[in-house]
Amino acid sequence: MSVTISIPAPLRQFAGGQSQIVVEAKTAGEALDSLTSTHSALRRHLYNDQNMLRNFVNVYLNDEDIRHASGPDTPVKDGDTIMIVPSIAGGAVVESEVGQELPELSNEEIMRYSRHLIMPEVGMQGQRKLKASSVLMIGTGGLGAPVGMYLAAAGVGRIGIVDFDVVEESNLQRQIIHGTKDLGRRKIESARDRLRDINPHIEIETHESRLTSHNAMQLFKNYDIIVDGTDNFPTRYLVNDACVLSGKPNVYGSIFRFEGQASVFWAEKGACYRCLYPEPPPPGLVPSCAEGGVLGVLPGIVGAIQANETIKIILGAEDVLINRLLLFDAWTMKFREFKLRKDPKCPVCGENATVKKLIDYEEFCGMAAHQAPAPDTKLEEITATELNARRLRGDALQIIDVREPHEFEIARLPGTKLIPLGHVVGRMNEINQDVETIVHCKGGVRSAKAIAALKRAGFQGRLINLKGGITAWSEDVDPRVPKY
Amino acid sequence: MIKVPTQQLNEIREHGVRDYPYECCGLLLGRFSEDGKIVRETYPISNAREESAKRNRFLITPEELMKGERYARSRDLEVVGFYHSHPDSPAVPSKYDLEHAWPTYSYIIVSTSPGEATDLFSWEQEADRSRFNEEKIECQ
Repeated sequence: MSVTISIPAPLRQFAGGQSQIVVEAKTAGEALDSLTSTHSALRRHLYNDQNMLRNFVNVYLNDEDIRHASGPDTPVKDGDTIMIVPSIAGGAVVESEVGQELPELSNEEIMRYSRHLIMPEVGMQGQRKLKASSVLMIGTGGLGAPVGMYLAAAGVGRIGIVDFDVVEESNLQRQIIHGTKDLGRRKIESARDRLRDINPHIEIETHESRLTSHNAMQLFKNYDIIVDGTDNFPTRYLVNDACVLSGKPNVYGSIFRFEGQASVFWAEKGACYRCLYPEPPPPGLVPSCAEGGVLGVLPGIVGAIQANETIKIILGAEDVLINRLLLFDAWTMKFREFKLRKDPKCPVCGENATVKKLIDYEEFCGMAAHQAPAPDTKLEEITATELNARRLRGDALQIIDVREPHEFEIARLPGTKLIPLGHVVGRMNEINQDVETIVHCKGGVRSAKAIAALKRAGFQGRLINLKGGITAWSEDVDPRVPKY
Repeated sequence: MIKVPTQQLNEIREHGVRDYPYECCGLLLGRFSEDGKIVRETYPISNAREESAKRNRFLITPEELMKGERYARSRDLEVVGFYHSHPDSPAVPSKYDLEHAWPTYSYIIVSTSPGEATDLFSWEQEADRSRFNEEKIECQ
């Protein structure tokens, strides 16, 4: 195919003074290769040392930027014209900006990262960018585990980890950054050791604290990118707002049972979490993973997507998950994608934002509860120890277990009747209204809901919630009952 | 050497002061000739970068440049270079500037501070991209 390339005025001196050159090629990339092999002095002004088009050099094939088509592989037709147009960038040198000197790689690092280095999309430049970068991970749980491990392995120069928890047995089904030997250890210590083992060339900073409105801005200040691996709404809104206020990208992931979500919320470039979810759900409406369960491999997949997008942001890749919400269903093995749009009325990143500093997120996420069914009657509760004492005394009691049958299979209290939460109102007549009724679940949340539902349905008997559920029973009364 | 009339030099300074503390940018329209370049008009451009980055980066998109080139052709002129400001920084190109430039074009940089434009220099990239050389401005 015969293609005409227009040579921009300042480069004509490198092309024998010609303003147009006709070449034979099948693709836009071939056309440029043909041009620069004849006029080799042109090449360095169009391509960088990694043989990639310089990022300020734009190639238009008949008025369309080839980056929006198939890049250098964009096919050309006979008679097409190619224009080379610079975008003009520049500016004063500012600390911690792109213009800054990138750190060098040692020979050991070059060997370690060789699979990155041989790809032009990363190359020496990209690997040095990774080394120069810093990422703060909120949480070292299911999502934080793969995020931390892959970012460490990829050579992100400084990784901060925030967590305040200790490693428990029930974590190990999915939190692969921790091992059996770490049971009872502080998560940040266990995670730090694992990351150090993966890559001794990077810095790991531990922050043993709960992320709060008081410390978030101070913590975020020292990192380029924040990765949200939290499991609750108050912290998720806190991470979002602190990212918007400090201008940092928020690499988001969340998981429940078999379903995961991922996106990149970066207010300067697109929607933030509040543009997607302006209001938190009423408390208790969305169960946590502790209540609803989660497939262990799911956070592995979603966390790996977060790590992937974090690395792409650092490398300056174009197709990052900005303004895109990725939904993943591990049970049907399907990915779906939704377009997101910045909400001009968003209270935190919109044009007339009202949130200018961090607020009380516990309160923000609890407020909706007051609009929900007003709990005019106070919930009566009993501890596991008290319940045991009453049973031993022989008090007349009935215990209703509102968990699901598969949970009942795992562990149960002696002498209980199973009526799952979803059926408790329908099967109300199976509960004797003349005897005191203790209602229990795994942790005490669903049983409280069951009591509220029964009262609304007109149940007349006395209903008492087992505080802390069967978990408290196992901890305080009978350790033979397994915890799950 | 680049010849710039006093009026155009003043326009560049005024644009820099107006956009302070942000960087301003624009095109220099004129002609390439045997003994250098001559500027006939300035073509101010809105800084296309996001608000937060405006303070230290400027960007003229290829679409804007093509629009400017079309305008220049209609006036029988060419784009001979670009100007931009360095708020509170010296009027010398940064390494970032060097990586994002081509030879032959003139890159005029004006240093700005609140309410005034101080130094103004023009720079030209060495043909091997290794550095910028200061280019003499002949004021007309």
